[in-house]
Amino acid sequence: MDRSMKGFASLAVAMLILGCGGGGADDTGGEAADEAVGAGETAGPVVNPDSAGTITGVVSFEGTPPAPEPIDMSEEPTCAEKYTESPVREAAVVSDGNLANVYVYVKEGLPDLDFPTPSEGVPLDQTGCHYVPHVLAIQVGQPLVIKNSDGILHNINTQPSKNRGFNISQPVEMETEREFSTAEVMIPVKCDVHGWMEAYIGVQDHPYAAISGTDGAFSLENLPAGEYVIEAWHETFGTQTQNVTVGAQETQEITFTFSGEMAGRPVPLGEPLVLHADHAGVK
Amino acid sequence: MRRRAIPLAALAVLAAATPVSAQEAAPGRDVYDRWCAGCHGAEGEGDGPAAGTMLPRPRDFTTAQYQVRSTPSGALPTDADILHVIDEGMPGTAMPGWKDRLSQEERRALVDVLKGFSSFFESEDPAEPIDIGSPSGGGQDAVAAGRETYEKIECWKCHGRAGRGDGASAPTLEDEDGLPIRAADLTEGWQFNGGSSVEAIYTRFRTGLNGTPMPSFSDLIEADVVTEEQLWQVAHFVRSLSPEAPRVREVVRAALAEDGELPTTIDDERWNEVERFYVPLVGQVIEEPRWFAPSVDGVWLQALHDGAELVVLVAWNDPSRSPDPEWNEWTAKVETAMAGTAVSPEADTVATGPDSVPAVGPGQTAPASTGTVALGHPDDSLVIQFPTTIPEGMERPYFLMGGADDPVYLWVWESGGEGAFEAVGHGFEDIRPLAGEPIMAAAAEYADGQWRLLVRRPLTGPEAEDRLQFGPGRAIPMAVFAWDGSNGESGKQGSISTWYFLYLDRPAARGVYVWPALATLLTAGLGLVLVARAQRRSREGSDVT
Repeated sequence: MDRSMKGFASLAVAMLILGCGGGGADDTGGEAADEAVGAGETAGPVVNPDSAGTITGVVSFEGTPPAPEPIDMSEEPTCAEKYTESPVREAAVVSDGNLANVYVYVKEGLPDLDFPTPSEGVPLDQTGCHYVPHVLAIQVGQPLVIKNSDGILHNINTQPSKNRGFNISQPVEMETEREFSTAEVMIPVKCDVHGWMEAYIGVQDHPYAAISGTDGAFSLENLPAGEYVIEAWHETFGTQTQNVTVGAQETQEITFTFSGEMAGRPVPLGEPLVLHADHAGVK
Repeated sequence: MRRRAIPLAALAVLAAATPVSAQEAAPGRDVYDRWCAGCHGAEGEGDGPAAGTMLPRPRDFTTAQYQVRSTPSGALPTDADILHVIDEGMPGTAMPGWKDRLSQEERRALVDVLKGFSSFFESEDPAEPIDIGSPSGGGQDAVAAGRETYEKIECWKCHGRAGRGDGASAPTLEDEDGLPIRAADLTEGWQFNGGSSVEAIYTRFRTGLNGTPMPSFSDLIEADVVTEEQLWQVAHFVRSLSPEAPRVREVVRAALAEDGELPTTIDDERWNEVERFYVPLVGQVIEEPRWFAPSVDGVWLQALHDGAELVVLVAWNDPSRSPDPEWNEWTAKVETAMAGTAVSPEADTVATGPDSVPAVGPGQTAPASTGTVALGHPDDSLVIQFPTTIPEGMERPYFLMGGADDPVYLWVWESGGEGAFEAVGHGFEDIRPLAGEPIMAAAAEYADGQWRLLVRRPLTGPEAEDRLQFGPGRAIPMAVFAWDGSNGESGKQGSISTWYFLYLDRPAARGVYVWPALATLLTAGLGLVLVARAQRRSREGSDVT
């Protein structure tokens, strides 16, 4: 145990040294590593709004979307009676040729700035045995405010790859807060009591992520001028990326186009965990 | 994020900087490779050669999701938590306890090997166990209050009203890999992963079982939805649902009905007075196709007779009353998960074409070709097996439905279709209803995740080939088979027991008690007569002298 902690400390130190382009420093053990990590996380330069621009756009959809799958809620009358029309799954919400629930975010290209963690929570409600919103964007360390408006048993089972998943119970109307420690695209959320309930959470260590609305629109604002890789992620139709250059005080408009043929493409969830070098020796 | 882009050269530096942990893990690694890798995989991914035959699957150590912990939901386990599971195993799964097979040093070394498979043990802070305090008092009031909270926080949605894992959401439950997973049967505490003490149950409430649908209830305390005491009461209630691990006895006793009258219904109150015998069942893994995901893990038997008739009440837990469309998806998922070992239900049903008549050896008679009985899917089925005659010695027919030349006599029950009937088996492929007038009667009821089946039969019946004639005072070999149709079980893929014995008490009351009493009286009487005569003689003698 002690040794493996020490191993991690050396790992962290080495990472820092290499990350900073330095070299020649001695392995000074755990305390030095902790200090170094702490120092790295103190407030640095932030975005200057004068030299920032905006990327906005629309996610459009071509062809015929798959028919929405109806949900049989007869086992849960409390939820069923909240609907006048049969409730459906949200695997592909298309209206007027626009695709909603697409997670659009800056994947690469951000300069080395400090992006403060908002203290304001991001709500995830459970109402009518549905998650609202169906897809949400949140920052590392930002509170996720999980609410049960139904007043019947839900459990919130998050299934990340890079964060630690939690699974908590909410049997009555109540609120619970949780947060994520690592950027991850995307974290599936499910309710095991109601197998049809699904949501997806995108976590970034920066604020540049948005969800397309029913009009397909999204907007990434206050983005430092520069060249970016923008990715659009959808649970059914997979991912697409575009390279976008944005200048100071400039607004770039882009369009992502998904189509019915893309259904069934692999949808990335998290990333495979890379074992650290010292694990590779355990053979 | 940027830190993750470590150049290869850096990896070399790191490897050189941390040779100690690599060397240190080596001894545990040998133990892992030898005893664990077969199921958990060479790199701990839960993908060993045997993994595909198991449901639930072996743990994937790379995700560091451990079910049985002392730490909050989503947190890493402590070393003691991991060691506990290595020591005790996971009841109801293929994971055995290693306490008696590996030294403490080896088991401790394994903890480090398992942790080494996941980078979470390096990137996350070590977790602290939840302080559960000490249990609030138990007793009837606590149990009753616990039942109320069980209702309020809707444990029954998955675990069922009676706790048998048959709640409305049970058919849809999946583990972290999307494989079907059972809601725990709370009436079988001896199968609880992590132990069945009140403290262990309460700890599971607080921690949840990572990687399963079972959530943590700790937030309810923080949000004042329930108090710690109320959650302890739920633990007392759950504990009250199961008896201690049942003692398995080789002989199931059919007592002589005291008033000479046998119960005729399942709900007859007299059953409460009749001794219960537990017979554990396991998946059939002797013959192909094997079955590693059995649903029914035991039956409770009660038996009575009155010298003329035998009545047996069988109770077993099965979360689905098959066939039930609510469970169709579950069936499909189990069949997919077990595809490596399973065959389609149709393949088990021997068709009645000329090619499919089971082979018989020279000098034997082929059984009447009335069509073999297809057991299980889509129905639930239960079979009680006896030899066709009570053996004189210890020789018994082959325990898996008999053999080609050593048949077995069967009581067969199916939840749909045929109901219950007598049959003769020459192996799984050849089970045929007994010809002639039926003498067996049966009734079955399903409620709250449990089947109860009542079977009656005269001890002796018309002489029919292969029909067992029961008799008191003899050890009659008996075995039990069960199939859960909704679990995709059929044919050889179901639950089995080994041979047990059924013993019918002798209706021996008169013989045993009356004759000795008469003998005693007679002896005493004779004695008195002799003494009196002797006394008279001695008086007469004295008179003479």
